[in-house]
Formats: sequence, C-alpha cells, structure tokens
Amino acid sequence: MTPGGELGGRAHGPATASGYAPAGGPFEGTTRGACTDTSEGYGFTRPARCATDPNLPATGEPSVLLPAEEAELAALRAGDEQAFLALVQQHQRAMLRVASLYVSSKASAEEVVQEAWVGVLRGLHRFEGRSSLKAWMFGIVANCARALAARDARSVPLSSLAAEGDEDEPSVSPDRFLGEAHRWAGHWAAPPHAWPDARVESREMVTLIQEALAALPEAQRTVMTLRDVDGWDSDDVCSLLGITEVNQRVLLHRARSRVRSYVEQQLAREDA
Amino acid sequence: MIRLPLDLGCRDVVELVTDYLEGRLPADERTRFELHLGYCDSCRIYLRQMRQVLSATGRLGEESISPEAREALLRAFRSWKAGQGGGQ
Repeated sequence: MTPGGELGGRAHGPATASGYAPAGGPFEGTTRGACTDTSEGYGFTRPARCATDPNLPATGEPSVLLPAEEAELAALRAGDEQAFLALVQQHQRAMLRVASLYVSSKASAEEVVQEAWVGVLRGLHRFEGRSSLKAWMFGIVANCARALAARDARSVPLSSLAAEGDEDEPSVSPDRFLGEAHRWAGHWAAPPHAWPDARVESREMVTLIQEALAALPEAQRTVMTLRDVDGWDSDDVCSLLGITEVNQRVLLHRARSRVRSYVEQQLAREDA
Repeated sequence: MIRLPLDLGCRDVVELVTDYLEGRLPADERTRFELHLGYCDSCRIYLRQMRQVLSATGRLGEESISPEAREALLRAFRSWKAGQGGGQ
C-alpha cells in the first residue's frame, strides 16, 4: 500500500528533501525552491509578526502564525481529535484537487492526500510557523504528488494549463449582442432573464454548478474551486499554482462566465 | 441617439464583471461600469446572476467529506497520537 499507510515507511515525513525532486508548480515554468527542504510554505507570503512576540519559538526565523493558528497548532500537537477533524474538513477537498493537478487518476490523488496527511502529522512538531499552516500543508501535498508522479512516470502534461487563459473566449456568445451595424452595437440583443429566487436557492442550483465545474478545463476549474468553493484568496491561488495575478483573474473570469452560462441554459431548458 | 464615447457596451460589461467583483477596475472604468448598470436592467440582471452563482458555489464548500475518508484519517491521527514522543 502507500508508504504512509500505517504511519510506517519513511524515516522522515514527505516534507523533507529525501526522494523529492525539486520541480516547478503544476503549471510549468514556475520553479520555486520552497519545496525542496522542509517546505515551510509554498511561496505563500505573510508579513512576519513582531520578533519580540513572547510566543515565538526561540530559534529559527520568526513565526508568522496568527494567534488562532497558534492555538490550532497547539491543539493538534496535543492530539485533539476535534481540531484534527476540523482541519480535515477544511482542507481535504482542496488537497484532492491540488493533488489531481499532478497525477492522472482519482485513486492516485487520494493516495497522495493520504500520504500528505501522514506527512503533516509527522511534521507537526517540526513545523516552525515560518508560513501559514495551510501553506505548509499544501507544500507537502505538492511534494507528495510530484513524488508519486515521478515514481509512476505518469505525470499529467500540465504545461498547457497556464495557457488556458490565453485564447480569446467571449464570456457570452457574441450573437447575443447587437452587431456593429446597429446603432446600439454591443448592447444586448438577447438579454439575460432574471432567475426565479426559488430556483436560485434550491439544491438544483448547487447541482448545476457542480456539473458546470466538472466540465471546465482543469486550470479554470482549479482556480474557481479554490477561490469560490474553498474561499482561498487570489494570492494563495497564485502562489500554489505558480501563475500571475492577471492570469489567475483571467482563468477565474472564464470559469465563472462559463458556469453562469451553463446555469442559464439549464434553467431555461427546464422552464420550457 | 448618440452614444457617448465613454459609454460601455453590454458586451464590454460582461467582460469586466470579474474585475469589478474583484475590485480590480481602475477608478474611471469602475465609474463607467456603474454608470452603465444605472441604466441597463439587463446588465444588472447579469451581475446579479453572477453573484447568485458565486453564492451557490460557496455552498459546495459546506459539504462534508465521506464518512469513510473521515474515519480513515481519524485512525491515522490516533495511531500518530499513540506513537508520539519518538517522532520528534
């Protein structure tokens, strides 16, 4: 089974340099050095707190953890199951999503995440808070995913993902706007109609969005999901994926526009 | 009817929606955007739909992971906890 299946296996957690080749982010050409060593962070930035803080570890670089994260970390280290389950609930799905950027199957992504959790647990006592807990954890996920992809020599060709935002794709079909010959050129010819509140608030809406997300190209889906489902901010998404803020926004825009269009089509179809 | 050169078309508005929601429109463009919304019902509907999509998308995040996965991780945690002390 997986090396970390029963917490046996390697002498060091996946966050160490052993066996993990440095590589770029899932979108090639974005090599960062942060993943080669203890992986404190994945390029996520946060200003260091005042170095005179009495809660800081005595050695190493100053902790950047917020007080709530310090408390979370202390609870985890103390073996608090509720704290652990809260962490799982908060990050598990995003971890799977990130893992699946590197490996080709759902089963591999699950294996990666399982290994990453083991790495997180093993590393907890070594973690010095030089990045947020989340950044550190996702660094471990990326390391595990790259290791597995290398081991199985079946990494997904991801170099094309960053280019997903490159094609010029309109958010709404051009034929829904008046043509150049019209004096109101560029205004709606077939305007959107308001959706009934009851349907917007229904479970159906969530299902439609799930379907729409599933149909998106991978980079768009990843960006929109991390931003709008997992509530990440754009800086964290850019750091993790190794893309620029502008590229992130283009991908997000494409994704949201496509999802809205899909929902519109489906709601109209069922109305008819 | 003469269109002011500063006027945005609906076709422009739908391309600027994300920048607007992200707070990334420069001040002048933001003003033109909001001016347009002031008179264009259809674009107001479009923006509202986008917000409805985002709100429903956020509801996906409330969903729980599978009980099996949760149990497996809890077992890993307990086993880690039991073996703690030598692992530092």
